[in-house]
Amino acid sequence: MSSDSSTFIETESLETKRPCAQESESKCFFEVKDLKKAIGGQKILRGVDLNIRRGETMVVIGRSGEGKSVFLKHLIGLMSPDAGSIKVEGQELVGLRERQMRDIRRKVGILFQDGALFDSMTVAENVAFPLMEMGIKNREELLERVGQALDKVELAEHMAKMPINISGGMRKRVSLARAIIGEPQCILYDEPTSGLDPVVSESIDRLILRMQKNLCVTSLVVTHDMNSVFRIADRVAYLREGKIHFLGTPEELRDSQDRYVRSFVEGRQVEEE
Amino acid sequence: MGRLFEMLGSMVTRFIRYQGEVALLLVETVKALFLGKVRWGLVGKQVVAIGFGSQLVVIVTGAFTGAVFAAQSYFKFSEFGMESAVGAVVSISMCRELGPVLTGLMVAGRVGASMAAEIGTMKVTEQIDALRAMGVHPIDYLVVPRTIAIMVSMPLLVAEAIGFGMVASHLTVVNGFGVPGTWYDHHVVEHTELIDISIGMIKGFVFSVVIVMISCHEGLTAKNGAVGVGKGTTAAVVISSLALLVFNFFLTLILNYMSPLGTSG
Repeated sequence: MSSDSSTFIETESLETKRPCAQESESKCFFEVKDLKKAIGGQKILRGVDLNIRRGETMVVIGRSGEGKSVFLKHLIGLMSPDAGSIKVEGQELVGLRERQMRDIRRKVGILFQDGALFDSMTVAENVAFPLMEMGIKNREELLERVGQALDKVELAEHMAKMPINISGGMRKRVSLARAIIGEPQCILYDEPTSGLDPVVSESIDRLILRMQKNLCVTSLVVTHDMNSVFRIADRVAYLREGKIHFLGTPEELRDSQDRYVRSFVEGRQVEEE
Repeated sequence: MGRLFEMLGSMVTRFIRYQGEVALLLVETVKALFLGKVRWGLVGKQVVAIGFGSQLVVIVTGAFTGAVFAAQSYFKFSEFGMESAVGAVVSISMCRELGPVLTGLMVAGRVGASMAAEIGTMKVTEQIDALRAMGVHPIDYLVVPRTIAIMVSMPLLVAEAIGFGMVASHLTVVNGFGVPGTWYDHHVVEHTELIDISIGMIKGFVFSVVIVMISCHEGLTAKNGAVGVGKGTTAAVVISSLALLVFNFFLTLILNYMSPLGTSG
């Protein structure tokens, strides 16, 4: 990482995330091959190939409407592809029935773009939900773990509130607490920092890094936030026209001479040749 | 002309497809009832929402239908001096038709709309995706508890509507028009058999399945935000009410074949 972006980088996080990513470089958590999906006649994914290594933080960037969230939803079978293959820890996901995906899905936590909290439950009940579904019924244990998870997102004092009574950013953080409480092997983040103030955004980035440091969690982050990209990414994939247009480290991303990549990173229109 | 046929063809295809989707949901739900995890806490909550929450609607519907039907019957029967026979006519009608059909329509409006709106909102706000992402099958979590709860509640609600209808008809004819109560009650008891009440409850059970499947299907297939949820909710009420009337016709034929009216006694 070059010095010009050092304002965005936690020295501590760089030291801690890399060993985890390197340890298991050869082992992939997700292997995606030639993934295609059309919605309403419009081709969204046109052959995505991407391997996500165990323990790494992969950030997928791309312009709005390029299919980043669609791609993310395919990884745990929330959408089925028209063609292609998705392997999760070597197990083919495509073609599995809903009930057959349960074990795979329980290895993965997901933070939805708008939180997707259950609005009939309190914040604490939302966060406890994955544990209760795993069969944990002990009230003390549930309370303790919910408290710990909410502490991580600095929302422990809002346990008893209903989702409707908290802000959008807080809902997103509750959703993150719900995603991490089951200690999944992988967490998928759909726009984790969009709509949040810079301080909260940074705290979420820190949390993503901490999850990787402490638990070697594999992370896939879909975002537009370039500050986040340089803070958390081990590798970056740029999705353009339904394919992975660029794949590399944040340094390679910054140094890329590709005009589409440059325009995205610099936040300006592509110059016509 | 070709365009007309195309439209008709498309409507028929959509209709068949819709029936197939609802049938598949029913199959999935039956499978989940036996193979999936039944969340009895959620079933209890739904029994309260469906059964207890429908009390006022069902009591008012049953009581006033019984009272009005008794009054109209009395006006005509009194011309022939057959006032005391009103009880038998009201009883059979309430048990076999009016009780189950009107209760079904009221529950379709109250409960069906609520189910479609709640599940539909969950669908468009990704809450159902969140359930799936946590390894929870939406049918196990959303459809099965509602199905068990409505299947338990509806026959009881039908029986309640019949009961209140009969009490109201008694009050109207005996207290309102001065028909001797003993004669009235005698005719009711003599001409009403257990099978008549059972037919009402069987219909209630079948209607409950129709309502829950159509309403949950509308919720689970909702899309396009609030507008989609609104459309799904309306469709749930309209389609389940119409389906209920059609089912009632065929059920009447089948149940009357099994237990013909007028041959007993």
